Amino acid sequence: MRWSLAAVLFFAAVVPSVAAQQNAECLACHGQQGLTGQAGHSVYINAEKQKASVHGSLPCTACHTDIKGFPHPAHPAAVNCASCHADEAKDVEVSVHVKAAANPCLACHGNPHTIVPVKDPESPVYALNIPKTCGSCHANPEMAKKFGLPNVYSMYMDSIHGFALAKDGLLVAASCSSCHGTHKILSHTNPESRTYRANIPATCGACHAGPEREYFAGIHGQLVKAGDLDAPVCSDCHTAHQIARVQTASWQEKTSATCGNCHKEKYRTYLDTFHAQVSALGYVETAHCWNCHRYHDILPASNPHSSIAPANLVTTCGQCHKAVTASFISFQPHADPRNAKDFPALHFAAIFMDLLLLAVFGFFGLHTILWLIRSAFDRHKGGA
Amino acid sequence: MSSSDASDPAPQAEGAAVPAQPRYYSRFSLSQRYLHATIFTTFLGLALTGMTLRFSHSGWADRFALAVGGFSAILFWHKFCAVILTLAFLIHLGDLGYRGIFKGQRGIFWGPNSMVPRWKDFQDIYGHFRWFFWLGPRPKFDRFAYWEKFDYWAVFWGMGIIGISGYAMWFAPFVARFIPGSWLNIALLIHGEEALLAVWFIFAIHFFNTHLRPGSFPMDLVIFTGRMTEEELKEKHPVEYQRLVETGKLQAYLAPAPERWLKNFGWLVGSVVVLSGFVLLVLTLFTFFRGV
Repeated sequence: MRWSLAAVLFFAAVVPSVAAQQNAECLACHGQQGLTGQAGHSVYINAEKQKASVHGSLPCTACHTDIKGFPHPAHPAAVNCASCHADEAKDVEVSVHVKAAANPCLACHGNPHTIVPVKDPESPVYALNIPKTCGSCHANPEMAKKFGLPNVYSMYMDSIHGFALAKDGLLVAASCSSCHGTHKILSHTNPESRTYRANIPATCGACHAGPEREYFAGIHGQLVKAGDLDAPVCSDCHTAHQIARVQTASWQEKTSATCGNCHKEKYRTYLDTFHAQVSALGYVETAHCWNCHRYHDILPASNPHSSIAPANLVTTCGQCHKAVTASFISFQPHADPRNAKDFPALHFAAIFMDLLLLAVFGFFGLHTILWLIRSAFDRHKGGA
Repeated sequence: MSSSDASDPAPQAEGAAVPAQPRYYSRFSLSQRYLHATIFTTFLGLALTGMTLRFSHSGWADRFALAVGGFSAILFWHKFCAVILTLAFLIHLGDLGYRGIFKGQRGIFWGPNSMVPRWKDFQDIYGHFRWFFWLGPRPKFDRFAYWEKFDYWAVFWGMGIIGISGYAMWFAPFVARFIPGSWLNIALLIHGEEALLAVWFIFAIHFFNTHLRPGSFPMDLVIFTGRMTEEELKEKHPVEYQRLVETGKLQAYLAPAPERWLKNFGWLVGSVVVLSGFVLLVLTLFTFFRGV
């Protein structure tokens, strides 16, 4: 890299006049619009744009190294970007994109003769243009199908990050490269990948430092730190590409079920409660998992810092229920009528109600059916 | 309704076609009809909003809640109907106490005009089942048949269980100063189960027994008009009819034929309530047994 930069500086500082003179020779032909190669494709170079590009000070032969003069070979050798951009090339070499195109560099950076700096809004890799650039492949349903990928482009564009970037033009909003990296994009199964499970908290934490700190203080973060990759990371609750504002009713309504993917029994018993019934009707101001257990710094009840530690329950329940007492908190937010051992009174109340329903509907169900048959028969006879 | 009255040529046709006008007998007083109307409108309101909460995970509940203004509206109308129903219930209790104790109408508590079960009711149950199987004659029912008494007491039982558990949950932090919070778990359970019992019982059994059974189908308007024909009284409550005739009191209970507008009104309201109840019955049964 250092050597190639030195070369660039040399070309830029010492030989611009030489380069300009030499390029003028090439542009004598290639500056003509409509000039085509033998295969029929355009070989026209827009001299002005080329000169304004990051490569504008370079002679054509800096990249097209096999061309020594005119006439040149009918099929010049492929340009090797790595001869200058060695580090980036090395990263791309190990990335998932190495075989994405004949020249993977150009797939993202566009026409090499008109490349502008990354900070230029015209650049395809300018922060606000990245989703569209990645989307040129990743929004393509055929390509998604071929590689077994979800159509992440539309998901991202509808997410909180996509909205901030596309609608508000927020330069710091996370785009594809913020999470996946740029040249060295690795499969999420690769432990070195920024999107490998164990690395996701750090990847998100690059912007969301506060939640990252809380997360690692909580039980989920501690488990991940200890190498338990079944413990949830950011994307398990927030998703990767469809991240929504957590205050929305739709997010609040569906995310308790996400906790239920692992905490099956707790979720099942939660569903029986008034809290869950209210939530299912789209009402936000009710207890979801995180209202009692907190979200990033979740701790087990045995930990005195936990929001559900016995000493903290009056405060936790008191967030919603005014003037709660020590007696109130013996309410069981995860009561299970089927569990006779832990909830005997509730269990027997449930059995009593079941028997009552069975008795009433058994008796009157039979009564009604027999009555219907008997009186229908009578009326039929009466009519006939 | 009044416009249809004015343009209807029926009065002439009626006079020509029907030789003898049927005589009408007064079964329910105006205040009893108002009481029933208050109970069934608030009950329907409680059932619609309550079942929406009970089965909130089903698609129909979600859509209904959305249509009426979300959970806040559901809870408001549930409490609103509960308070009205409680008031109606308390007024009824007060009326019973006033008439039974201060005015000495002991007939409220026992005898043929009382809702309190008698030995005859158990005989009637036995006799009715024998009749179902062609083993005996149809029992001769008195003023209130046993299933009518059951309907009446079911409301008492339901008011007690659902009302007490409901108010306990409404004022949970206050109530939990006197009872353990874990009792509120039991309150929610029995509130929901008893409500299911009440809703299914009313919309299936009560509707069949009083309106949909052959003999009353499709609707018994007596609770709206307060009146039934002498023929109907003779067939449905033969013991009462015989007693009235024998004691010469029938004349005192005779009433003019129900007004057309009142019958139309009864038909309209009754149909809406029976249909709403039936829809709710089907939805809750479906959701309950599908286990979602």
